[in-house]
Amino acid sequence: MDEMDEIVQEFLVESHENLDQLDRDLVALEQQPDSRDLLASIFRTIHTIKGTSGFLAFGQLESVTHVGENLLARLRDGKMRMTPETTDVLLAMVDTVRELLAAIEADGTEGDVDVTAVVARVTAVLEGRAPAAPAEAVVDPVLDPAVDLPVAPQVADEADATVDETPDEPEPVALEDLAPELPAAVPAPAPVAATETREPDTTEPETTEAAAPQDGGEGKAKRNLAESSIRVDVDLLDSLMRLVGELVLTRNQIVRQAGEQAGGELNGAAQRLNLIATELQEGVMKTRMQPMDHLWAKLPRVVRDLGSICGKKVSLDMFGRETELDRSLLESVKDPLTHLVRNAVDHGLESPEQRRAAGKPEEGLLTLRAYHEGGQVVVEVADDGAGIDPARVAAKAVERGLRTQGQIDAMSQADLLQLIFLPGFSTAAAVTNVSGRGVGMDVVRTNIEAIGGTIEVESVLGRGTTCRLRIPLTLAIVPALTVECSGDRYAIPQVSLLELVALDADRAAAEVEDVNGAPVYRLRGDLLPLVNLAEVLHVESDRSDGHVLIAVLQAEGRRFGLVIDRVLSTEEIVVKPLTTRLKAVGAFSGATILGDGRVALILDVQSLARNALSQEALEHGSTGRESVLDTTDAAEQVSMLIAGIGGGRRVAIPLSSVTRLEQVPTSSVEVVGSREVVQYRGSILPLLRLDSHLGAMSERHGEDLAMVVYSAGGRSVAIVVDEIVDIVDEDTRSRSDIDDHGLLGSTLIRDRIVEVLDVRSAILAADPRFFVDADEADPYEAQLEGAL
Amino acid sequence: MSTTVATVAADHSVGHRRLVTFTLHGSTYGVSVEAVQEVLRGQMRTRIPLAPPGLAGLINLRGQVLTAIDLREQLGLPARDAEAGEPMLVVVRVAGEPVALLVDTIGAVVDVGAGQFEPPPDTLSGPSRELIRGAYKLEGELLLDLDVERAAAA
Repeated sequence: MDEMDEIVQEFLVESHENLDQLDRDLVALEQQPDSRDLLASIFRTIHTIKGTSGFLAFGQLESVTHVGENLLARLRDGKMRMTPETTDVLLAMVDTVRELLAAIEADGTEGDVDVTAVVARVTAVLEGRAPAAPAEAVVDPVLDPAVDLPVAPQVADEADATVDETPDEPEPVALEDLAPELPAAVPAPAPVAATETREPDTTEPETTEAAAPQDGGEGKAKRNLAESSIRVDVDLLDSLMRLVGELVLTRNQIVRQAGEQAGGELNGAAQRLNLIATELQEGVMKTRMQPMDHLWAKLPRVVRDLGSICGKKVSLDMFGRETELDRSLLESVKDPLTHLVRNAVDHGLESPEQRRAAGKPEEGLLTLRAYHEGGQVVVEVADDGAGIDPARVAAKAVERGLRTQGQIDAMSQADLLQLIFLPGFSTAAAVTNVSGRGVGMDVVRTNIEAIGGTIEVESVLGRGTTCRLRIPLTLAIVPALTVECSGDRYAIPQVSLLELVALDADRAAAEVEDVNGAPVYRLRGDLLPLVNLAEVLHVESDRSDGHVLIAVLQAEGRRFGLVIDRVLSTEEIVVKPLTTRLKAVGAFSGATILGDGRVALILDVQSLARNALSQEALEHGSTGRESVLDTTDAAEQVSMLIAGIGGGRRVAIPLSSVTRLEQVPTSSVEVVGSREVVQYRGSILPLLRLDSHLGAMSERHGEDLAMVVYSAGGRSVAIVVDEIVDIVDEDTRSRSDIDDHGLLGSTLIRDRIVEVLDVRSAILAADPRFFVDADEADPYEAQLEGAL
Repeated sequence: MSTTVATVAADHSVGHRRLVTFTLHGSTYGVSVEAVQEVLRGQMRTRIPLAPPGLAGLINLRGQVLTAIDLREQLGLPARDAEAGEPMLVVVRVAGEPVALLVDTIGAVVDVGAGQFEPPPDTLSGPSRELIRGAYKLEGELLLDLDVERAAAA
């Protein structure tokens, strides 16, 4: 074992700091022996060391601090008074503690430091018998650690065993591993063991017997842990980061100017400046990064305890614990991640009996994975449990009144799963004290979204569930879309942005409709409430040509379209905080400096959504089938019916709006006025031949017709196609908005271009009164609800 | 009210002070030289929609985003007309944070003594009553002592 546990290292650094404080406090205490504050502070310090040493199985250290703590407790509670003797023994105790820490630091064991003398002296003072220890004894254990006194046998054994395990070769440790908070401040690594070689499948907390090499390390200048890392104020790092950012901008200007002057020394110098600035930037960024392991280290224990409470056997696999994340983000991810892990053990994994019955190993497997992907850190929590049953989720959502049955029917399986993120949702049959109080996933989502991240869930019934968090690498730099409104520029974080829609004057006039004064745009059939940025900000839009640009945004599970004047570009922006006065405005989350040095405000999409959307508008926004999707990265899967209409053309029809498929004999078609109809279930069903509706030529000359039937309210229409080709789950993102009469656009499905039918206009072509009579309520909603 | 002002004034009239002066609508104002970080001109300002009128925008000072305060607005003076030209910016530190004050022209650094100080007249009213601690009687003009912290707290 050539590892020195990180926990021990942290303990040492912390304890050294604490001891320095302790020395000052003890001396101050002599001046004012009755100061409760000082005593309490000393007590806390010793108590902390005692607690940790017990946890790390440093028995000697624990026994010293234990008696010390007793003494301090009595002093603190006023049961004993401070005397020079007590100060002496307390100082002696502190010195012994220091010595033990030095021994631990040297080789990971408590070495042969003897504590019995000090323990005896403290005990004597405690019991009030030895008023003054001989002066010698005060010094002895301190200055002469080799003093040969009997050591408790089991401690000696322990120490021996540990020493035997020490390795041959010292391995220089990466700075980050040694002192993750401040790697850049330290010039050279101390020759203590690396921590990065740990097996990824460790399921128990690291034990503490790991030791630094004894032989090889001695010759080199060995740095005391407390000296090889320093604590730095995060504010200082932030200001360094800011200066570096500025340096980078200045560098850009210089490199540009040097480039214009072609050749010469300036060019070379500019190149070097370029390199150095880049490295400096990376270095400073790194100072704020910490490995995922900081969060995960506690989880094995959590999982173990939880497993035994729930009567489940769980093994925990962790991959990518070295993945680094900005310190502040790491903190924010802690609670959501713990919650997901608890959820997985409590609800995700089945009991051993159930698992046996399902033919799985009794021991459930929980897998944590962290990795970088596309400028984000992805953290997965996966279990191999029972999975989430979409039907149960749906039933629960209806029962809780979160969605209507009609809305549920229109949703795909994947969308149903997303319902677990709704506030007030919990599928746990029984509320346990571990989880299941209904304040679960929505809080997780809110917390993750607050730091610009996203969460998605995947589940296979009987096979398990995977929750995936996507977290930006750092809060300080985010990808954003810059837009213009009334001549001012604003940044919109990409994480909130779903897509952009540009409408020319004609289309804008026709397609931006309104629901009782609230403007909406029909985005692939769903009503998208529109918010005009200029109006929200009380400025004058300078767009007068009638074009409408819509940024489709998503926040807190709601979608809306933000109408802006112009789209400028996408870029990585450095977020600068705003003063509280500006935050109070409620529309901006920060500011940033654009490439040309101008300041742009960052729009706070969450609060725009909250403030600008009336409840009514939100209702419309959330009735659509895609509106509960949580992330831009989740593929928006929509089931599509693919039909051929002749001439090799294929048309996609959202399956959610298909009632049924029918075949009728060609001979049963009758004509009423100018329309074709068939008798269908005792009523008259108007037909629309899709080929002629879309300007194609049917190639079907069979004896029957393939019909796609829609029903809503009491009315039905049938769309006649050549043939039903397939049903696919379409990724709606790959859609082009090139459209034509009767179409919403086109998309690629299995390498073929497929036209997406504008179902509403097709239905209206067959029956102009369809939506008028179908329902008194919002016609489109009625159609969706009645569709299945 | 007048007693409060007198106390505040007393604190600042002890001994000599060194003030950076600037003008606003024809009057001369001064702030402690210690509070002033630097003086700038010709900075692009980004306006802040929905913000109170005293907040005149955001500027980029070497990578730091600063709030600009329109002192004319704060003091209840008429808005700057086109002839006044581009305003100058006095960057002051208030509670550790830099804030930029918009002024008409920048003056000089002036040493003043306690003997020249007098609290504001009782007839002074309106928003400036809150922001002006008093006046130093210089030759031929009055130097108004601006309470930077209040002026910046728009």
